[in-house]
Amino acid sequence: MKRSFHGGFEEVVLLVLAACREEAYGVLIWKMLQQQTSRRITISAVHAPLYRLVEKGYRSSQQGVATAERGGRRKRFFLLTALGNKALLEILAMRQQLWQAMPDGKLQLIGQ
Amino acid sequence: MATNKEQTEPPRWADRLLEWFVSPYLVEDVQGDLQEIFYKRVAQVGISQARREYGWAVLHYLNPFFAKPHHRTGNLTPYPQFSSLHPAMIRNYLTIAGRNLVKNRAYSVINILGLAVGMAVAILIGLWVNDEWSANKHHLNYQTLYQLKMNQTIDGYRSTGDALPFPIGPELKAKYPDFKAVAMCDWGSTHSLIVGNHRFLKSGRYIGPDAITMFSLKVLKGDQEPLNEPYSIVLTDQAAQTLFGQQEPIGQLVKLDNQTNLKVTAIVAKQPHNASLQFDYLLPWDLQLALDKGLRAYVTNWDNSSWACYVQLKEGIRPENTNAKLKDLLVNHLANDPNTKKIRKPEVFLFPMEKWRLYSNFSNGENTGGFIQYVRLFSLFGFFIVVIACINFMNLSTARSQKRAKEVGVRKAVGSGRQQLIGQFLSESILMASLALVLALGLVGVGLPFFNTLTEKQLVFPLDNHFFWGILLLFTVFTGVLAGSYPALYLSSFKPVTILKGSVFIGKQAALPRKILVITQFTCSMVLMIGSIVVYQQIQHGKNRPIGFTKSGLISVSASPDLLTNFNPLRTDLLASGAVSYISQSNTPPTALWSSQSGWEWSGSRPEDKAVSFKTIATTYDYLKTMGIQFKAGRDFSRAFATDSSGVLLNEAAAKRMGLKEPLGERLKWDGQERRVVGIIPDILMESPFHRVSPMIIVFYKDWVNVLCLRINPALSPSAALAKMGPIFDKYNPGYPFDYKFADTEYAKKFNYEELIGNFSVIVTVLTLLITCLGLFGLASFLAEQRTKEIGIRKVLGASVANIWGILSKDFLQLVLISCLVASPIAYYALGQWLKAYSYKIQLEVSVFILVLLLALLITLLTISYQSIKAALMNPVKSLRSE
Repeated sequence: MKRSFHGGFEEVVLLVLAACREEAYGVLIWKMLQQQTSRRITISAVHAPLYRLVEKGYRSSQQGVATAERGGRRKRFFLLTALGNKALLEILAMRQQLWQAMPDGKLQLIGQ
Repeated sequence: MATNKEQTEPPRWADRLLEWFVSPYLVEDVQGDLQEIFYKRVAQVGISQARREYGWAVLHYLNPFFAKPHHRTGNLTPYPQFSSLHPAMIRNYLTIAGRNLVKNRAYSVINILGLAVGMAVAILIGLWVNDEWSANKHHLNYQTLYQLKMNQTIDGYRSTGDALPFPIGPELKAKYPDFKAVAMCDWGSTHSLIVGNHRFLKSGRYIGPDAITMFSLKVLKGDQEPLNEPYSIVLTDQAAQTLFGQQEPIGQLVKLDNQTNLKVTAIVAKQPHNASLQFDYLLPWDLQLALDKGLRAYVTNWDNSSWACYVQLKEGIRPENTNAKLKDLLVNHLANDPNTKKIRKPEVFLFPMEKWRLYSNFSNGENTGGFIQYVRLFSLFGFFIVVIACINFMNLSTARSQKRAKEVGVRKAVGSGRQQLIGQFLSESILMASLALVLALGLVGVGLPFFNTLTEKQLVFPLDNHFFWGILLLFTVFTGVLAGSYPALYLSSFKPVTILKGSVFIGKQAALPRKILVITQFTCSMVLMIGSIVVYQQIQHGKNRPIGFTKSGLISVSASPDLLTNFNPLRTDLLASGAVSYISQSNTPPTALWSSQSGWEWSGSRPEDKAVSFKTIATTYDYLKTMGIQFKAGRDFSRAFATDSSGVLLNEAAAKRMGLKEPLGERLKWDGQERRVVGIIPDILMESPFHRVSPMIIVFYKDWVNVLCLRINPALSPSAALAKMGPIFDKYNPGYPFDYKFADTEYAKKFNYEELIGNFSVIVTVLTLLITCLGLFGLASFLAEQRTKEIGIRKVLGASVANIWGILSKDFLQLVLISCLVASPIAYYALGQWLKAYSYKIQLEVSVFILVLLLALLITLLTISYQSIKAALMNPVKSLRSE
């Protein structure tokens, strides 16, 4: 894999974005992340990987219209790019490979 | 009470902080998300809690990631953003810089030439300063080597000397465990060394055997621990080469002063030229005792301080502890003499080698620096000349900014960032600095021999020294960055829209920094000009000071034992030859006072006056006639009066110090003997031409002379006279080549330091002016070019050439006037400080300042006139047609 993820969290953010049914933007992603991981996460901890993913080209973004609930500021919607798509698939493939490579008895041991 | 609206909104400070810190590309997103959360939280937990949470969340954004300027979340540019330091960018910078260089040839030449001259001077000064700094550091024991010095109170003044009694060396060695090595040494003198039929005059020292290891003298050949055997000699490799050529020197015999045969036992490496300890040969300390019977009386005498003593402390011994132990050494040994403890209070202390060269001045017992002041001064000169050269660069670049502004505008419009522009301008200036460096190295190569003569140094270009090259490289980059910094920051800050619209931004404000820079340059030049003139005046002042004797046609010869024995036949022969009109003996050459004596008593003197030391000349007959000294009162020692052999002469200062109303015929007591004053002479100047004349006593003392003074017959040319004298000296002094010193040449050497600063400041001044003028010339040409249209219109409306010349020159003349106002107080203060060190000095005159102002105005006018007249003569049809 040429371009690796910065950390596991970036991967999770990317997955959340992929799983999102609505148009994804900062607050929404933040909420979903908290739900999925059942942890409290600060919003800045979401923004950093989001922008990092944009720099890596895994995600593009476009601005929506301004809304009052945001103090007159526009939303920025994040979309998965083809590159991001590919990266997720590559990760999945790698994980699956590893899962399959796992000797039979071992998972039970780990599971215990 | 806060309004309702404020209470429902997130804290303002947090928003401000966010806007200030977070990259502008992100602010909107981040703030939007934060506020969305905020309004939801207001509904859930209330306003104050939500505001607290908002503030807390904002603080999380204060990390470098969010401050980075390159987030462009919306539209990532399709072109890769190169860093300004990417090799491809640098290659591009250099290509463009090269093209610009060739395109604006005149401008480049002015810039590079100015920088090169500045750098060349800085390099030369750097070499010189380095030479001073590195002096003596070649000794391996540099950190633990000391010379003993002694403070004692003379006439109420704490005076510091380095002469110590003979027995101190053995005493230190025997009784003090602090010392690893102790070497007594004399002050060095010139002796004749004879090998076969060849006589060589070489200078060397008697020195204790510890000196070899102590000074880590490199023994190249022979005995590794020489100087223990009295009848031996150690030569430097250079001296051995002169004496023996290709022959093997070890074991050869050298005849010292035509009297004593010494065996060469070792060859040591010659000391570098900047070492304090200089010699052609070393003689064993014990040899002088074997040769000079008179000296043996001093072996146990603690009251005659005449020798140097060098010591090396053991590792880890703190010098201050040793100093405390040494403090009362002399007082204890001279306990019999009450004056010693009460008045003289002699105190021995260690003077570390690291201070020998640059911190050798003492005032009232305290170390007050020394040559380091000149080192600092010259470093300052070097620094300023580089600054002035850099200012030229900045000035010309900013003056040209109107031309380059369009370039900057277009570059910015097509997407060049500020960093790239800064990179571009800095590469241009660094490229120029590099070219200037090459030129400067050439200039240094050409100028070094001249510089060496000027400073009496043997500096070489350290071509094989990587450190030196590293420094040069750093220096070039530094100069380039310094010179390019202003244009880089200034030009790159232009807003493309403003420039491309063609609006005039070169207004008064743009010219202000340029004016300040020109004023800075002129101020430096003027301070230097005033300085050079004052230094010159001060030197002339010293040179014109009446010295009280006739120095031309006066020569001195150091008297060998043979010359002293044969003095009378020598005198008869010399007078008979007609080459010499007078000859006399003395203990000091005409341009120095080597001895001083205390213990004099006179009528009305108090017991403590015995501690007052008077400069002393010992002589026999004809001294005053030979020197050409006129009398104030009385007469010279005369062969006609037998009692004159116990006579003395006083100078006026001595008579005044003694408080004698009628000095003539006064009886003085000294050394247990009564002596009568037979004459009074004026205060003749034998020491520093810049200080007051010391009280001096001339005594008739036959056994104490070692110098011959001769007055050449004025009817003969000096060379003819010397040719006649040579054979006579050879006859009576076969062991020595005929070696003589002219008093006027020796006297001129007293101005060495002052001449050095004088020459230095003249050169620096001329170069500074040259660089400043180069800059002015360039600046004037650009300003004239800028105002081409204005000039054209003025001409059409009937302005004369003189009018236009006046308009263009006025601005510069204003700057010169302001510089003069700034420079005058600085120069006045600095020169006042410098002159403080001299007690015989000039007064600073207003006329010097006015002269410099006029000179500066003249130079400025000459420099810019070419450009302004050229502009004024231009055909307005040409300059206005393009519109």
